[in-house]
Amino acid sequence: MNDKQHFSERHNRPRAVTLTLLSVARALCYSVSHLSVQERIEKKRKAALTGGGQLRIAAQHKRGKLTARERLELLLDPDSFVEYDMFVEHRCSDFGMEADHNKYPGDSVVTGQGRINGRLVYVFSQDFTVFGGSLSGAHAQKVCKIMDQAMMVGAPVIGLNDSGGARIQEGVESLAGYADIFLRNVMASGVVPQISLIMGPCAGGAVYSPALTDFTFMVKDTSYLFITGPDVVKSVTNEDVTQEELGGAKTHTTVSGVAHRAFENDIDALLNLRDFFNFLPLSNKDPAPVTECHDPRDRLVPGLDTIVPLESTKAYDMLDIVHGIVDEREFFEIMPNYAKNIVVGFARMNGRTVGIVGNQPKVASGCLDINSSVKGARFVRFCDAFNIPIITFVDVPGFLPGTAQEYGGIIRHGAKLLYAFAEATVPKITVITRKAYGGAYDVMSSKHLRGDVNYAWPSAEVAVMGAKGAVQIIFRGKENQAEAEAEYVEKFANPFPAAVRGFVDDIIQPSTTRKRICRDLEVLASKKQTNPWKKHANIPL
Amino acid sequence: FDKILIANRGEIACRVIKTCKKMGIKTVAVHSDVDSSAVHVKMADEAVCVGPAPTSKSYLNMDAIMNAIKQTGAQAVHPGYGFLSENKEFAKRLEAEGVTFIGPDTHAIQAMGDKIESKLIAKAAKVNTIPGFDGVVKDAEEAVKIAGEIGYPVMIKASAGGGGKGMRIAWNDEETREGFRFSSQEAASSFGDDRLLIEKFIDNPRHIEIQVLADKHGNALWLNERECSIQRRNQKVVEEAPSTFLDPDTRRAMGEQAVSLAKAVKYSSAGTVEFLVDTKKNFYFLEMNTRLQVEHPITECITGLDLVQQMILIAKGYKLQQKQSDIPINGWAIESRVYAEDPYKSFGLPSIGRLSQYQEPLDLPNVRVDSGIQEGSDISIYYDPMISKLVTYGKTREEALKKMEEALDNYVIRGVTHNIPLLREIIVHPRFVSGDISTKFLPEVYPDGFKGHMLTAGERRELLATAAALYVAVEIDGEKVEVSGEWNLASALLPITINGKHRNLQCLLRTAAGEITLQYLGTSFKLRVLSKLAAYLRKHMPEKIPEDTSSILRSPMPGSVVAVSVKPGDNVAEGQEICVIEAMKMQNSMTAAKTAKVKSVHCKAGDTVGEGDLLVELE
Repeated sequence: MNDKQHFSERHNRPRAVTLTLLSVARALCYSVSHLSVQERIEKKRKAALTGGGQLRIAAQHKRGKLTARERLELLLDPDSFVEYDMFVEHRCSDFGMEADHNKYPGDSVVTGQGRINGRLVYVFSQDFTVFGGSLSGAHAQKVCKIMDQAMMVGAPVIGLNDSGGARIQEGVESLAGYADIFLRNVMASGVVPQISLIMGPCAGGAVYSPALTDFTFMVKDTSYLFITGPDVVKSVTNEDVTQEELGGAKTHTTVSGVAHRAFENDIDALLNLRDFFNFLPLSNKDPAPVTECHDPRDRLVPGLDTIVPLESTKAYDMLDIVHGIVDEREFFEIMPNYAKNIVVGFARMNGRTVGIVGNQPKVASGCLDINSSVKGARFVRFCDAFNIPIITFVDVPGFLPGTAQEYGGIIRHGAKLLYAFAEATVPKITVITRKAYGGAYDVMSSKHLRGDVNYAWPSAEVAVMGAKGAVQIIFRGKENQAEAEAEYVEKFANPFPAAVRGFVDDIIQPSTTRKRICRDLEVLASKKQTNPWKKHANIPL
Repeated sequence: FDKILIANRGEIACRVIKTCKKMGIKTVAVHSDVDSSAVHVKMADEAVCVGPAPTSKSYLNMDAIMNAIKQTGAQAVHPGYGFLSENKEFAKRLEAEGVTFIGPDTHAIQAMGDKIESKLIAKAAKVNTIPGFDGVVKDAEEAVKIAGEIGYPVMIKASAGGGGKGMRIAWNDEETREGFRFSSQEAASSFGDDRLLIEKFIDNPRHIEIQVLADKHGNALWLNERECSIQRRNQKVVEEAPSTFLDPDTRRAMGEQAVSLAKAVKYSSAGTVEFLVDTKKNFYFLEMNTRLQVEHPITECITGLDLVQQMILIAKGYKLQQKQSDIPINGWAIESRVYAEDPYKSFGLPSIGRLSQYQEPLDLPNVRVDSGIQEGSDISIYYDPMISKLVTYGKTREEALKKMEEALDNYVIRGVTHNIPLLREIIVHPRFVSGDISTKFLPEVYPDGFKGHMLTAGERRELLATAAALYVAVEIDGEKVEVSGEWNLASALLPITINGKHRNLQCLLRTAAGEITLQYLGTSFKLRVLSKLAAYLRKHMPEKIPEDTSSILRSPMPGSVVAVSVKPGDNVAEGQEICVIEAMKMQNSMTAAKTAKVKSVHCKAGDTVGEGDLLVELE
């Protein structure tokens, strides 16, 4: 800047030579304006760095929340943040918004790119200290800019949401801004991973951006997500409900299934987000990331040989199996408190990211119902979109019967999980640990849905239904039900019927499961499979 | 014998099978259905299921065990300890079937099994006994009367009891009544016999016992003593042989009295005569256990004898080969009982769970681990929560203790709460190290309950440095701490060198948010490793308000509800009993933490509850 100004000044000089006085005056003039631009830059930068000012920062801290910039500092590697659009200001001129004291350089969001453990990521962090983090046209434009670039270079987008909603003073421009972001969320979906971390309020139309992203995380006690707040709810439906009950972290991670995990506080959330990021590929063109692995790939897990109880009605914890098998017992569970009858999450096998899906016998016998089907389906589709191999542990007695489920559309929702497994072309490895009954057997990444390697443990029972129910149908009204039941158990309650037909590739000793899966993943790393050309598929939504 | 059936489970069954294998004898294990893949079943040549999980239907089910004997053709039965080991009915039934009971004959079991009768016999055999009431106490009021005559403190105990079950100490009339009630209930559920007796309670005594070995030909030996004073709730925690307290004369006097008692009842097999020893080295006969003791390995370590082998030989009718002068005291042996229990709650309340990771420190020399579990085993509410007996041996006591420290640090147990923190503290406590102990050691040393290891400034630095080094490394308060080590985050142990000193730590938990839990000197410490920035910003984080626990009562351990004494709307006083939880055959009275009205009751008698389950809410 400085050099350029000097250059142009030198060019001007020949004309000024004749009029010394004027020249002196001009020089004087120049030095004044020169200083003021430099000063203005510094001033603006300083203003941008303090957002809404010290008072509002103190108020933000008092609420137990960090500022937009503090959050980015924690999330990104030290000194890696490159900021965009620090000088952007809102363009609203109504309601006195045009006044200087109502303009904040950078407006109510901080955007840019940086690194997490050296890997590129695009970020935006809404600044609650500036107009409550509300979304102006300029704010939206800044967010869109980094999203566009993230898609072009192939890097994930992380949004740190802390916004009161639309900038009401801007009216429709604000709404347009939301839509611009939504469109980009949709376009980026399946291209680069998108993660939302809700760190304050997120209400009204704003909620749909996190909802469109791949993962939504929340901070306990300080974040809320809802379409309309408690006041509107009261006036419309006359329900009395607190913010926390309506849209707090607990509600969304246990009841609604809107959020995938909740963390204790800002620091905890951001550090966990860094950890989570390590599991993800940068884009759909990248393979699942591989890290250095200290856990021997051929490690035997003797505890697994005794984990499945002898009585098939007795529960065990599927997480024990998952922890035993994956690298260093490290498992990042997604939605751990929602639809707990299915377990999904990320882990590594011999250093490579894998997606784990498992029925949880401890909860509702591990049956599939509406919520668990949807939870599983979305996870499987994410893995497939981003080249993450899927390992499925099956112990499923079937779909949950009942009017609540049928009226709720279990047929439609169960179909989602079936669809997701069937369409997935990433490496798929399945281990049947115990029950694989009925349609649920088919759904759970069975051989018939293009499972690449399907194993059964000796305790596996692949059958249309449990012995009791089957005998009641086959031998209806006949005596000697007990004898018939024993015969059925002998015939079907074991892995052989499936193994002789090649529906499972091998019956393996449970303690060798890790070793087998690690070996298979190496082989399957070069798997190539494509689905027929289509504009897009039509998953039963 | 060609084939022996072991009527027991867990470590002792495995222990007996080992000796049988050494002697070339085939073995038969019995097991309940939940134990069908237990270690003792896998070790034995044959296994027979004798019933469902509750002990009364399996390991105490004589009919089923007799059937198992017939079915397998076992010629002898080793009962281990507990269960049927001191059951005269069982011994009689075996005798009737012509099967050898590896233990004393029924006469001796009966005579010594009854505390009242045994005391009379002991008196007659000129063994020192404790003053007390030699008869069965009928009810609580009579108990109070007798207690008054003997003088407080008194001990109420089950006539048929052992192992501290059904035993209560009372210091006044009210405690006597309460103790009577609990003891008779416990005695009924543990031994099927609710008869109680009362005797003077010797304050501040040591518990020292003499191992005896007698054959069927009238020969008897004493194999020196075991010091078992470190106890909680009358159950032993750390034992050693020999005792630091006995001089050769006292030892001989005790040994000779023990042998004369054994001879008086025509005892054969291995047995233990327990004494209380007061501070002036006066010793009083407590009881005689007519079975193999839990802590027998330490005697084996210092004498070189295999007691199980001796029992089998004696049962077969062989004469003892050794003379009293052949019995040595070679070196020193310490045993720590590793339990699945939470040492921070009354020095150990049972915990249950699945051993997700388990590694015994067997690669160390002079370490013996007697266990009956392996990685993946379940510690269930049905049986004793003992994980193993960790025995270390050395030429001197100091050497054995040093080895015990090392062994405890290298012992990996994950998935259940265990008492290693407590064991690790006991064995380094100055009072224990100097031998200044009594049965009151734990309550005296930890009057406010066990709180874990208290870090010195130097230790704190070591610990912080290790934690930080797991992420990066390390300068604490301006002082540089050198941490190095060949650790591997995938392995359970964390061997490191801190400022040139070798330590074995274990990393129990490490999260993305910098939380790290390290087991250091036995105790787990929670630490947090944060960058400077994160640590600075932490001051803004909201403090989470913990649940007010005075108005809710949660189960401190897994177990079953025996009785609920309140209903919603009742007014309870602070300390009043609200309900009784039974776990591992111990009845625990749950009391109100404040005076309040009962808001709601979430359990009823007969319910099974887990640790932390809500029992009762107060207003």
